Amino acid sequence: METKSARIGLRIWAALVICFLWLPLVLIMVYAFNSSNVQSWPLPSLSTKWFPVAWHDPQVREAFWLSIKAGLTATGIALVLGTCAAFAIHRFRFFGREAISFVLVLPIALPGIITGMALNSFFTNRHINLSFWTIVIGHATFCVVIVYNNLLARLRRTSPSLIEASMDLGANGFQTFRFVTLPVIATALISGGLLAFALSFDEVVVTYFTAGAQNTLPLLIFGLIREGQQLPEVNVIVFAVILMTAIPVALAQRLTRDTGVLRRR
Amino acid sequence: MAAGSSRARRSLGGVLWRRPKLRALLLLAPPVAWFALIYLAALVVLFINAFWQLNPLTSQVEHIWNVGNFTTILHSSSYRSIAFRTVGIAAATTVTDVVLAFPFAYYMARVASPRKRAVLFVMVLLPLWSSYLVRVYAWRQILDHDGILNWSLQKVGLPAANIGYTNTAVWIVFSYVWLPFMILPVYASLERIPESMFEASADLGARAWGTLRRVVLPLALPGIVAGSIFTFSLTLGDYITPILVGGAGSQFIGYVVYQSVGISNNIPFAAAFASVPLVIMAIYLLVARKLGAFEAL
Repeated sequence: METKSARIGLRIWAALVICFLWLPLVLIMVYAFNSSNVQSWPLPSLSTKWFPVAWHDPQVREAFWLSIKAGLTATGIALVLGTCAAFAIHRFRFFGREAISFVLVLPIALPGIITGMALNSFFTNRHINLSFWTIVIGHATFCVVIVYNNLLARLRRTSPSLIEASMDLGANGFQTFRFVTLPVIATALISGGLLAFALSFDEVVVTYFTAGAQNTLPLLIFGLIREGQQLPEVNVIVFAVILMTAIPVALAQRLTRDTGVLRRR
Repeated sequence: MAAGSSRARRSLGGVLWRRPKLRALLLLAPPVAWFALIYLAALVVLFINAFWQLNPLTSQVEHIWNVGNFTTILHSSSYRSIAFRTVGIAAATTVTDVVLAFPFAYYMARVASPRKRAVLFVMVLLPLWSSYLVRVYAWRQILDHDGILNWSLQKVGLPAANIGYTNTAVWIVFSYVWLPFMILPVYASLERIPESMFEASADLGARAWGTLRRVVLPLALPGIVAGSIFTFSLTLGDYITPILVGGAGSQFIGYVVYQSVGISNNIPFAAAFASVPLVIMAIYLLVARKLGAFEAL
């Protein structure tokens, strides 16, 4: 339909947009190998000497483990709540059904500062001290929608005849769930969990308001960048963080492709 | 023992199977309780806080109802200009992202082969999910006075740009970090346009531009509006980008709220100022729903 010149123009535009999206990421990964602690381009020479420095820094380790623990706990909670919500919305028609899906999206649709501020004033008002658990509560709240969306999309594409066939063949509710429903939704659950973890692992805007004096890895990086301290170490952490989020996302992307019973619709 | 527990399990399953309302209730209770008792309660507390006040002498929050925080914001010209600047940069970012995303999404949906489309999809998805803080930091290094931008400009004999730590930098970085949020919904809406629409338009005598303007754009509009919800909302509530790449003139709503909480500990004022983006987004979401953007999310 499009003319030849339009196609060429669009192809060039697409290539430029991809460069725009990726060059900064590639560039910042190169900075991790900067031998100097002066952050200017071009890099004087390349070296891996800052990797062990960052690895052995107790401050970095502490922040890293806090982020991992908070991310895993929040993902666990989000998996339970998101699964419950997705099944309820998919299987039942009830009053307020639309409202529930709307409220679940709110934590990511509203500006992050509002969710952060709201939780902060809620904790202050209830005299709850900011702790590991307040971080987890914040992260779980905005991760639920990720699990929910992933699972609901899968449930909607799954033919109800699978369940009916299982019941007709004499399986009870638990057997149907265990041998039919679970295998069909398993990859959607895993990919939802991976994405939720990736989201939690690098969140800053809400975390700042729920973490108090603790440092998650992103909060630590944010503080160091602002003060312009230990930037060679920051570059190495940034390198690791890019990989830490790219791997779960790439895995999740593979898992959401339709395979097996889902392929034929 | 084992037989007993399995019988108990089966009978529990039976009870649940016969009572779908009970099952719905059990499934709904955890997420509804979490969101009602924590998230919605927190939003209510935030809203109420905006009508309280910080005692300037004791630095304690006084639970006296008043609209002092709001009158301060409305009557202070600096807070007003901060609000306008924030909305302005959110609008500029949204327009920039639409301009960048639309031809790209069109290429993905209509020109690229299925294989290439899948590759492009992942290449958009990965930056979207990779750390937002990291991407802002990357731009801080690029736009810095000793960064790669000035170096490249010098190499080709142009004067240094020196846009690091200015509002121009904030605009570029916002456009960069939210771009994938615009590409994906626009792509989704373009992909859904059936081929027959293009054929019909051509048969009825429309040229490429006519088809684009009268067929493609109206059908892509819900996707564009859906993307703009993200670009707009995310810009309104952000403070990281202005802090890291902005300069002295980069006071935005998010930054003022961040400072009010973190430095002066004035939660009532922060809550009142945070209601500005809340009101803007509420209006925006209502308009977006009219335009059918929610189906495109």
